Amino acid sequence: MTDELLSIEGLTKAYPGVVANDTVSFTIGQGEVHALLGENGAGKSTLVKMIYGLVRPDAGKMRLRGESFEPNSPNAARQSGIAMVFQHFSLFEALDVAENVALGMENPPPQRELARRIREVSETYGLPLDPARLVGDLSAGERQRVEIIRCLLQDPKLLIMDEPTSVLTPQEVDILFETLRKLSSEGTAILYISHKLEEIRTLCDAATILRLGKVVGSCNPREKSARELAEMMVGTTLHTPDRTGRTMGEVALDVIGLSVKSSNPFGTSLRNIHLEVHQGEVLGIGGVAGNGQEDLLAAISGEVTTAPDAIKLRGQPVGHLGPNDRRKIGILAAPEDRLGHAAAPDMSLTENALMTGAIRQGLSSNGFLNWPASRKFADEIIKSFDVRTPGASHAARSLSGGNLQKFVIGREILQKPDVLVVNQPTWGVDASAAAAIRQALLDLAAAGAAIIVISQDLDELMEIADKFAALNEGRLTAPRPTKGLTIDQIGMMMGGAHDMEVAHVAD
Amino acid sequence: MGAIDPLVLLASLMVASTPILLAAIGEMVVEKAGVLNLGVEGMMITGAVCGFVIAVNTGSPTIGFVAAAAGGAGLSVLFALLTQYLLSNQVATGLALTLFGLGLSALIGQGYVGIKAPATGDLPIPLLADIPILGRILFQHDLMVYLSIALIAGVWATLKYTRFGLILRAVGENHDAAHALGYKVVHIRFLAILFGGACAGLGGAYISLIRVPQWTEGMTAGAGWIALAIVVFASWKPWRVLIGAYLFGGITVLQLNLQAAGLKIPVEYLSMSPYLITILVLVIISADRSRAALNAPASLGRSFHTSH
Repeated sequence: MTDELLSIEGLTKAYPGVVANDTVSFTIGQGEVHALLGENGAGKSTLVKMIYGLVRPDAGKMRLRGESFEPNSPNAARQSGIAMVFQHFSLFEALDVAENVALGMENPPPQRELARRIREVSETYGLPLDPARLVGDLSAGERQRVEIIRCLLQDPKLLIMDEPTSVLTPQEVDILFETLRKLSSEGTAILYISHKLEEIRTLCDAATILRLGKVVGSCNPREKSARELAEMMVGTTLHTPDRTGRTMGEVALDVIGLSVKSSNPFGTSLRNIHLEVHQGEVLGIGGVAGNGQEDLLAAISGEVTTAPDAIKLRGQPVGHLGPNDRRKIGILAAPEDRLGHAAAPDMSLTENALMTGAIRQGLSSNGFLNWPASRKFADEIIKSFDVRTPGASHAARSLSGGNLQKFVIGREILQKPDVLVVNQPTWGVDASAAAAIRQALLDLAAAGAAIIVISQDLDELMEIADKFAALNEGRLTAPRPTKGLTIDQIGMMMGGAHDMEVAHVAD
Repeated sequence: MGAIDPLVLLASLMVASTPILLAAIGEMVVEKAGVLNLGVEGMMITGAVCGFVIAVNTGSPTIGFVAAAAGGAGLSVLFALLTQYLLSNQVATGLALTLFGLGLSALIGQGYVGIKAPATGDLPIPLLADIPILGRILFQHDLMVYLSIALIAGVWATLKYTRFGLILRAVGENHDAAHALGYKVVHIRFLAILFGGACAGLGGAYISLIRVPQWTEGMTAGAGWIALAIVVFASWKPWRVLIGAYLFGGITVLQLNLQAAGLKIPVEYLSMSPYLITILVLVIISADRSRAALNAPASLGRSFHTSH
């Protein structure tokens, strides 16, 4: 454990206007599971890209087993025994598993031999996988197995994992951790990037914490509490959202037997969904990405129309209405994809505010736009939700992810909806902005709105939702009160049990 | 109707189809790599004029064809530089390439109107050509016809069985992931565009050197556009490209014969029939939309540049 594998000394990388890494130094021992902690934008991704040869450092040195290490391409890094599992999978949906694995190898054996080795390795590590299946048909957990097996086939000395658990069910996370522990006991070092602190506390031997490109501390995560780690990351004390002071009213939104066929060939169709949300209630919908979340939001927001009776607002059928008609009667939505779905990237914040706010805020009349009122509305969003931008005339694209998310959520909240649906409201948002968004959602519920939060962050749902339901292959489980719900029960609801069985067969 | 000899008809089918076949298989490779080059028509006509001029001056159709491939590829370099390095819009650049190619070819070909190209001899395949009926239809053509079929088979095998083919498909499917794995996206796309240009050039030269064979301005007459459509409706599959091209060529030959036979249908309807029928048939073949989408290169037409 103590032998040094990789040491990094004074690594620096600057981009125009921002220093992504500023004299970063730390070392990783052989077989060590080392966590790299930090908020979004702290420079974690840039750092691992330098180790993997995708980005060249401006200054500083790396040493691999005592020898100078300067990879100028991922191929060179792979040859030195470094493998990486990417946050956004580097997979090709239209190719099969074996082809995807072959693309990540230096000298892949012939397809038949490769398929045999994939089966062999996947069984050794309890990660069942069929080499002939199309990656587009696989679940997120299975896709990650493809990436991991691609790495394992090359016998890596250092395995870099960038936010590996963000798309997995709790049971899948357990399987992954078992695999990683096994690897570590065989002498493979693991550099583990995450901002899920409990996971880091259970898995990692050491942690390096980055803030704004600098190392601000290192520790043994097992000796710290999650809160201490979080505050080291953020640099300030955090406050927990306040969920008191709400009263449940009548049923606001009622979904009865909703079925929607997915428009995407790899998508999941919604099957017979039932749910109801009361005024003042927050319903949390969990589940692994790709189980119909986007289609559910589209069906409630009106992007996809259905039979009139499938969706009712205060008892009135609305399933046949389009998005603008639904906005008129108080159903608003904030989709997951900020650039392109929730906001038009190249248009100004004023124009973006106008696009969903025109109807409820009266920003247009007889087809003519009321620019002064639109600007005022945009400024109001920026002010109330602390959106950091030079002004409302700037393009949506120019905002950081967290700031744009605050703008998008704020835009819907300020329109005082009766029903609000949000998908992944704090994805890629730093901890303090996430807390602000959650608080705003709770305040809106306290004012009597019914809110549906679709998220893959279970901690978030436990924090703000009154009831929890899980989407699994387009089906929604019956909602249960979040109070007293255990992580195992949640895992079962998310359909983790099914995957566990598959894993047992392979053992 | 009696005036039409089905044997002659079938035999000329392959000759009529070859230009489109060549251009389409080239464009298919380009699109598989994730690039949409709408300049096929421009590269074809450039190939046609380069091939014709060189063949007339050297007296050798073979050198003419080589020159045509070089001419088509040369024009595609322009497209590759603009779209891959300067990140210009692929649709606009492709359209401009077509207009540029039409103008350039008219300029080059000014002194060559009305001249006849040196003849390209047929190359009957020994033994096979002596098979009754079939031999006449399939095995008594010029070298380019065989070459074009070999090209289809070659592209099919390369894409399916070789590592280079796999990397090319990967680049067209998800260029960000391919880059993250260390493949040179721009480099691979550049090569694909060159191949597409050379194929389009050969297709053009087949018109000016064998099919017609002389030079007139704008003589490709939309063949490049049909090649583009065939690629899409063939769901980016090499053998379907072959079916599409032969279908189009076959109906073209048939309607020309029907016109000659004096059928009582207005000529305009007959002239439009190949376009209508080809597209109709290919639409029906690829009617299952979800399966067709599976084959389409997911990064098609999107510019790639490394952000960091």
